[in-house]
Amino acid sequence: MLPVSLDGSLERLRREGRIVIVGASLAGLRAAETLREEGFTGTLTMVGDEPHEPYDRPPLSKQVLLDRVPADHTKLPRRRPVDAEWRLGVAATGLDLAARRVRLADGSELDYDRLLITTGVRARPWPQELEAELDGVFVLRTSDDAAQLHRRLSAGPRRVLVIGAGFAGSEIASACRERGLDVTVAERGAAPLVGALGGVVGEVAAAMQREAGVDLRCGITVTGLEGDAAGRLRCAHLSDGSKVEVEVAVVCLGATRNTEWLADSGLGAGPRGIACDAGCRAFDVRGIVTDDVFVAGDVARSPHPLFGYQFLSLEHWGNAVAGAEVAAHNMISASADRRPHIWTPSFWSAQFGVNIKSVGVPPMGDEIIVTQGSLSERRFTAAYGHHGRVIAAVTFDQAKWLGFYQHLIERAAPFPPDFPTVDRRPEGRHPVPAGFPDPSLPSHGPTVTLSGHSPSDRRISFTPLRA
Amino acid sequence: MRLVVDLNRCQGYAQCAFLAPDAFTMHGDEALMFDSQPDDRQWEAVLRAAEACPVKAITVEGPGGVPAGERSGASGVA
Ligand SMILES: Cc1cc2nc3c(=O)[nH]c(=O)nc-3n(C[C@H](O)[C@H](O)[C@H](O)COP(=O)(O)OP(=O)(O)OC[C@H]3O[C@@H](n4cnc5c(N)ncnc54)[C@H](O)[C@@H]3O)c2cc1C
Ligand code: SF4
Repeated sequence: MLPVSLDGSLERLRREGRIVIVGASLAGLRAAETLREEGFTGTLTMVGDEPHEPYDRPPLSKQVLLDRVPADHTKLPRRRPVDAEWRLGVAATGLDLAARRVRLADGSELDYDRLLITTGVRARPWPQELEAELDGVFVLRTSDDAAQLHRRLSAGPRRVLVIGAGFAGSEIASACRERGLDVTVAERGAAPLVGALGGVVGEVAAAMQREAGVDLRCGITVTGLEGDAAGRLRCAHLSDGSKVEVEVAVVCLGATRNTEWLADSGLGAGPRGIACDAGCRAFDVRGIVTDDVFVAGDVARSPHPLFGYQFLSLEHWGNAVAGAEVAAHNMISASADRRPHIWTPSFWSAQFGVNIKSVGVPPMGDEIIVTQGSLSERRFTAAYGHHGRVIAAVTFDQAKWLGFYQHLIERAAPFPPDFPTVDRRPEGRHPVPAGFPDPSLPSHGPTVTLSGHSPSDRRISFTPLRA
Repeated sequence: MRLVVDLNRCQGYAQCAFLAPDAFTMHGDEALMFDSQPDDRQWEAVLRAAEACPVKAITVEGPGGVPAGERSGASGVA
């Protein structure tokens, strides 16, 4: 039973309202489950432009490329029936905020009382269109991408080129080596993962790659991809003037937010995502928060109290789940019952046999200190500091410590941490500069982006304040 | 059957890999790799693994595919 204090319209919404979710992936599915779990009995429509049921993406660059799980076998389990109308294989193409209506690519329209946008991101393609079309050039975001790349890797190409050594690129390189394929990694930064974890940890990642037999080239960009007469990729040209013969190139230059369909909607949506408040309600371009449009997952940017109320854009699995649950709850709750999405950023990556996990916002860190273990053993815990407090932590094969550091971050504990460490080594005695590249330089690396305080930021490039 | 592991929660202690080795394997010392759609014959083992996980990181949907109550055949399905 609903409490009597709920006003009639909210009760009606929960009983017979119309909720539309655009983006039928991780965030969309978890939101749908939460709506039903919390007693929403109205009509629920799930719109997704991919023809597939919601599936899990992290295995695509790991289990799938390692040939352990087929690309079309990562469907997400449902936590409960969601009793939804599924409109799969159809993109949403427009939004009329005043009429509360979503337009679809097949010409149909959907009226809503509450809309949730979970359209995520897509892989940034290779910028030279003709080169991107060469046979052998891939990106990796969808299960279809993974199926194609997997097929090509299984054919045993002579050499694979990975362009960009963020998490995705590094995981792909790792899978290639494990399958015995020769691989060259070209990274613009000074080391792999440098945008996400900084230079100190990046050096560890570089050593891991080289030891595994990766031909790692840092401080290098790929200037061109060249095909043969039949349109098959033949070689890549690098900024140092060298040339690498490759049959496969995987473009791992980060992601673009899927917000184009909202271009004229009046919503605060741009290349950096859709701005929403901590309660997942979308801002309009005037910076006024809407009451019926909510956002979650990779496409959202929301302010976080732990990080100076800057808007954060996170491309993290856990953020999609947590944000979806909060958004769904808030969509059908009175304002006093709403909850904030103040999840502490967390992610993992598995590469070169090492389990990498992180909490907080490492790119905010000015300094880093190894608090446990040792960099050279590739088994360590390191904390990042910003203005005298712990802002993030990373572990390599020491995940069990992460919860402790999360607690420090949430308490804004002092940095360097003042606890006696279990096995302090020389490298752990003093903090050193964390070694993040200038944030105003274009980068594909970080999966956490600080994107300032303006809800209607529509610029492509953004210079976050590090201070 | 479908499953997913919340790897933010997972502590890598490998109880699941011990109880349902066809669905969960350790990769290196600590990284867990799982089969998202293992064979239904592993249902009992997977269920035991999910129950044994000390941090309740494993979500499973039983064999038989889409849970009851789903409307299928929605328009526009490619
Ligand atoms: C290869 C790979 C490896 C990853 N590994 C990790 C990892 O190890 N750890 C981690 O924390 N995270 C990882 N991630 C990130 C994680 O998968 C994402 O954070 C998560 O998928 C976000 O879910 P989402 O629902 O917000 O967005 P998405 O999963 O991107 O889903 C958005 C959906 O909306 C659809 N869509 C877009 N526009 C429209 C439109 N106009 N109309 C209808 N539908 C539309 C898209 O096609 C897509 O299906 C990985 C991602 C990839 C691709
Ligand atoms: S039992 Fe749970 S915590 Fe342990 S490895 Fe499996 S999923 Fe991770």
